[in-house]
Amino acid sequence: MITAITMPKWGLTMTEGKVVQWLKPPGAAFAAGAELLEIETSKITNVVEADAAGTLSRIVATEGTTLPIGALLAVIAPSNTPAADIDAFVAQFVVVAPADDDAAEATQVAPRELQVGGQMLRCLELGSGDGPAVLLLHGFGGDLNTWMFNQPALCPDHRTLALELPGHGLSGKDVGAGDVAAFTDAIDTALSALKVERLHVVGHSMGGALAIALATRDPARIATLTLLAPAGLGPEINGGFINAFVRATRRREATEALQLLVHDPALISRVMVEETLRYKRLDGVPRSLETVAAAWFPQGRQAVDLRETLRALRPPVQVICGRDDRIIPAAHAEAIADVARVSVLDNVGHLPHMERAGEVNRLIRAMTA
Amino acid sequence: MPVKTIRQALQEALVHEMRRDPRVVVIGEDVSGGAGTEGGRDAAGGVLGVTKGLIKEFGENRVIDTPITESAIMGAAAGAAVTGLRPVAELMFSDFLGVCFDQIFNQAAKFRYMFGGKARTPLVIRTMVGAGRSAAAQHSQSPYHIFTSVPGLKVVVPSNAYDAKGLLIQAIRDDDPVVFCEHKLMYDLRTEVPDEAYTIPFGEANVVRDGDDVTVVALARMVHYTMEAAEQLAADGIECEVIDPRTTSPLDEDTILDSVERTGRLVVVDEATPRCSMATDIAALVADKAFAALKAPVRRVTAPHTPVPFAPSLEKLYIPDPDRIAAAVRDVHGYAR
Repeated sequence: MITAITMPKWGLTMTEGKVVQWLKPPGAAFAAGAELLEIETSKITNVVEADAAGTLSRIVATEGTTLPIGALLAVIAPSNTPAADIDAFVAQFVVVAPADDDAAEATQVAPRELQVGGQMLRCLELGSGDGPAVLLLHGFGGDLNTWMFNQPALCPDHRTLALELPGHGLSGKDVGAGDVAAFTDAIDTALSALKVERLHVVGHSMGGALAIALATRDPARIATLTLLAPAGLGPEINGGFINAFVRATRRREATEALQLLVHDPALISRVMVEETLRYKRLDGVPRSLETVAAAWFPQGRQAVDLRETLRALRPPVQVICGRDDRIIPAAHAEAIADVARVSVLDNVGHLPHMERAGEVNRLIRAMTA
Repeated sequence: MPVKTIRQALQEALVHEMRRDPRVVVIGEDVSGGAGTEGGRDAAGGVLGVTKGLIKEFGENRVIDTPITESAIMGAAAGAAVTGLRPVAELMFSDFLGVCFDQIFNQAAKFRYMFGGKARTPLVIRTMVGAGRSAAAQHSQSPYHIFTSVPGLKVVVPSNAYDAKGLLIQAIRDDDPVVFCEHKLMYDLRTEVPDEAYTIPFGEANVVRDGDDVTVVALARMVHYTMEAAEQLAADGIECEVIDPRTTSPLDEDTILDSVERTGRLVVVDEATPRCSMATDIAALVADKAFAALKAPVRRVTAPHTPVPFAPSLEKLYIPDPDRIAAAVRDVHGYAR
């Protein structure tokens, strides 16, 4: 069978991407998970990995070219496929391009706006499936974009729901007490509105702790938990980061804070910093973040301890974190290896799902299959 | 996210702040927009349409139409500010600065100093700048550099709707007098703007484009011309870093200097006349504080030292355009000692 590699869509606002570099030569055979090429958007550079094994029969998009999402980048076909068949495939490939800006806007996936506790919470719903839905819970200061590399990989097999928590992204800014109960109440209400019965929960950092808390409330509805660099598994946390993130109003201080999140500081682009600042400038956001930080991370320590709760859970749990995490030490994950499947990734910081998206996606898919 | 024009963004900023703080009032010529016309008040929403709807929601005590006398508008607004209100006064054309210069230059800008720090003057002066409408020499100038040269005034020169809203809200919440310069050809320019209120700190430049070859600093409409030039140049392999200071006072020196330290080359683009201007000021800053990093002379792309011509063909020559900007960038990029 001949298949296409096309320009992916990462995040809500991506319309085009630039082919930076091919990591496999034309004609190369590759295994599932192999790194094929690097793509750069205005916001971030990431590697596209192979979903399945195959042969890179032809590279269509040369390095340095910028193409719209959905555009043909390369052709994958068995090595004995005649060149004429590949020519025909390339010739017949059609990018469904929106006719104009309005049409482009109309075809964009828009997050749902849920009414929860008197305010709006955004939820990006992608994909469908018969099995349990996948609920994605971002961390402190995060938003829907947390999952830009993961939700597209999970939605072919599952109904996926990325929820934007109170006080975060473009959701309503009222965080109440900002503690575990306030967030889990909001998540519960959102899940009722979304009519979700059973679910896999994937949570990052504070969202990981919320996943544990959610599982104790109603264990029967939880199929599995995947915790990415989770909070709540030990007292240590980088208090300097929390303070700097809450306080930053200018590009320089925001950049320095965000670079603590990752192993390779080059991942933090100017556009990512600008988007973080745009969020933090909104009226009400600094106070919401202060409230949440005070409830979860007072005086540079974690106030929420869910270790015993996690040990008592019945659903399968996996924990994925980076060995170079400078926010929450990887030792927290390693300490619960007796009850959870733990993966510690080398050369990865606090954002394994962005820094090593392909591997994390495979681990989540293995858990939710 | 909703897409809005600069006009809508400014109006939203005024509405947010007037709802949030009863001390915020709007004062100026025809700000209710249409008094004495057939349509009556609010028919037009001010000469620029920015204040449309305000008179209906906030009434004539907070949306104050004045006679055509700029000295009275600025004098009343400065006095109101120093006695507890937070006025947003409209100086329709910045060219009329001359008739109210004492109220701005020698009164509002000086109160904090003359009263030993005991007085606050939370005054915003919204005013139009810019050429390009064949409005002739008395209605086309960009004198933000004159305001910038006055200690005690803060000066904002936005280039897009997102910045315009956040900077106007910041200006209204600021306790010092702020001159807010709106380019008259840019009111319909659109970009994504949140519905919520937000502030952008003064003295924080926006890096509009990343590049390692040449730093280009531009203001207001020139930011867009510079971006056009940058796209042309990128096709030839010259990557510009484009910096929009957003506020000329305070000026974000660090962002400009950090960029020049990396690129070693600077072009400053300014629609105003060249003598004692922002272009000159920024060129001097870099010569003073980043001289060792420079690989080529600094180039300024500005209007000539003349009044703005009325004739459209001459006015077109007067205003810097993408080709002139690109030529200056090529010049410094190809410079060899």
